[in-house]
Amino acid sequence: MAISQQSVQRILLLPATLWLLVMLILPLIVVVIFSFGERGAAGGYVPGFTLEQYANLPARLTAFKNTLLLAPAGTLASLLIAYPLAYYLAVKVNPKLRTVLLVMIIVPFWTSILIRTYAWIYILGGQGLPRLLDFIGIEGIRLINTPTAVLVGIIYGYLPLMVFPIYVSLEKLDKRLLEASQDLGASPFKTFCNVTLPLSLPGVATGCMLVFILLMGEFLIPALLGGGKVFFIGNALVDLFLQSRNWAYGSAVAATLVVIMLITVSIYMKLILRHAKQRQDISVL
Amino acid sequence: MRLYAITIYLFLYLPIAIIVMFSFNAGRHASDFTGFSIKWYGKVLANPFAMEALATSLMVAFITAVCASVFGTMAALGLQRISGRLRAIFDAVIYIAIMIPGIVIGIATLITLVTVFNFINPALVTIWPVWLGEPPKLNMGYVSLIAAHTMFTMALVIVIVRTRISGMDRTLIEASSDLYASPWRTFWQITFPQIFPAILAGFLLSFTFSFDDFIIAFFVAGSQTTLPIYVFSSIRRGVTPEINAIGTMILTFTLTLLISAQFLLRRRDKSVNLKPQ
Repeated sequence: MAISQQSVQRILLLPATLWLLVMLILPLIVVVIFSFGERGAAGGYVPGFTLEQYANLPARLTAFKNTLLLAPAGTLASLLIAYPLAYYLAVKVNPKLRTVLLVMIIVPFWTSILIRTYAWIYILGGQGLPRLLDFIGIEGIRLINTPTAVLVGIIYGYLPLMVFPIYVSLEKLDKRLLEASQDLGASPFKTFCNVTLPLSLPGVATGCMLVFILLMGEFLIPALLGGGKVFFIGNALVDLFLQSRNWAYGSAVAATLVVIMLITVSIYMKLILRHAKQRQDISVL
Repeated sequence: MRLYAITIYLFLYLPIAIIVMFSFNAGRHASDFTGFSIKWYGKVLANPFAMEALATSLMVAFITAVCASVFGTMAALGLQRISGRLRAIFDAVIYIAIMIPGIVIGIATLITLVTVFNFINPALVTIWPVWLGEPPKLNMGYVSLIAAHTMFTMALVIVIVRTRISGMDRTLIEASSDLYASPWRTFWQITFPQIFPAILAGFLLSFTFSFDDFIIAFFVAGSQTTLPIYVFSSIRRGVTPEINAIGTMILTFTLTLLISAQFLLRRRDKSVNLKPQ
């Protein structure tokens, strides 16, 4: 007896659907519900409907401020460092070497961020770089447990994620446009500003969005390199859920984090769509 | 320009090199390299806490990878012919699963499961037949950890396998059904060999993700300790050469898996087995 096509389809999709409903959609709804509740006497959550938790958000202002300051700063720094490298990989490098170099960029990103961040405790700690700087005469530099250390950790951790989208957009770029610009007498710098850079903007936007979104939820880098002095929303969340067990307030913080992320993504989508439309207009002309 | 690229690659790999180097340091201190020794590896292997954490991590990662690749592949196949609204909803949910920060997944899963368990546990006590003995108590642990990891990695597998399916040669499937092969046989002899590299790559990436994940496990592992959780709490107590040895082992292990996955995803597998069996 043949089973109908449709029921095969249903059976195939059933486990994934159930899993996503129970382990993703339900928990996200629970966070939203809890964020309107109250804190129990012994921690946890008591049902209710109040905006108190959201009104209390400024109590964790430092975490929000740090995150909203260091996440964009880290994104920008990664962009400035990644762009020349992506350009080099897409335009300058020998194609035979390219694949190896690309894999070498992405592999660290997929290995343990914990171990890679831990390495920087060594490097930035008292026995590492500061001692080296001491040796050449620059004294009294403290690196570990400062915003600088967190920033270095961020750049180190997220650089690969920035390089890749920019590389893809530069690689797709029609090289004849560059030749045309050159033939028309534009200087290399002018060609870069007027042709290369605008056409690589979608990659830049994608890279910035990916890095920014991941940074918003970062916990490990500030926890290990910021030493409790530089903390992010992620660190506040760990504290709220695992130490003070204030679930209602923690849920409000988490929901706010997701909302900030959603706003970022929608701005990004708008930019990308407008850009795509512009390009279409140009091609019509 | 080339110099710049070399500097960046040094920046990316030097920290890893330092960890590997100091894991072979005979001395205790990070400040100076006093000689080559593998004693820290011996110490790690003799450390029951580290070994137990390793066993937990390996088991969780393996089960996660199996569940994620089986259910993810099934969903990718099922999504093939679905279109319209349902497809859009599915795409959106997969997108959310990948985009939501791990920390939010961790806390959301924690509070949801704890709340659900608080409902179920008393109910279990009342309905549990006496002759079965003590009623089981649901708690955070292996199952919640595997469930949370599978949710995320399954979304990853769906994306990877779907990409492969859309790049697949459809004519072979049509030829197969024209030759009166059953859909089941067509699947195993035509479709499966073509998407297998993608499934295996998805399996390896899922394994790596689960094995390396710290933040989700930190919330949902209950009283279980995975290797990243063990390493994190050891770092909190101070930097020791033992952590370097564990780190080197983790890096070697995940690098091996990753390079296999990269290799599988890049290989253009055109060798579909058409020989009669």
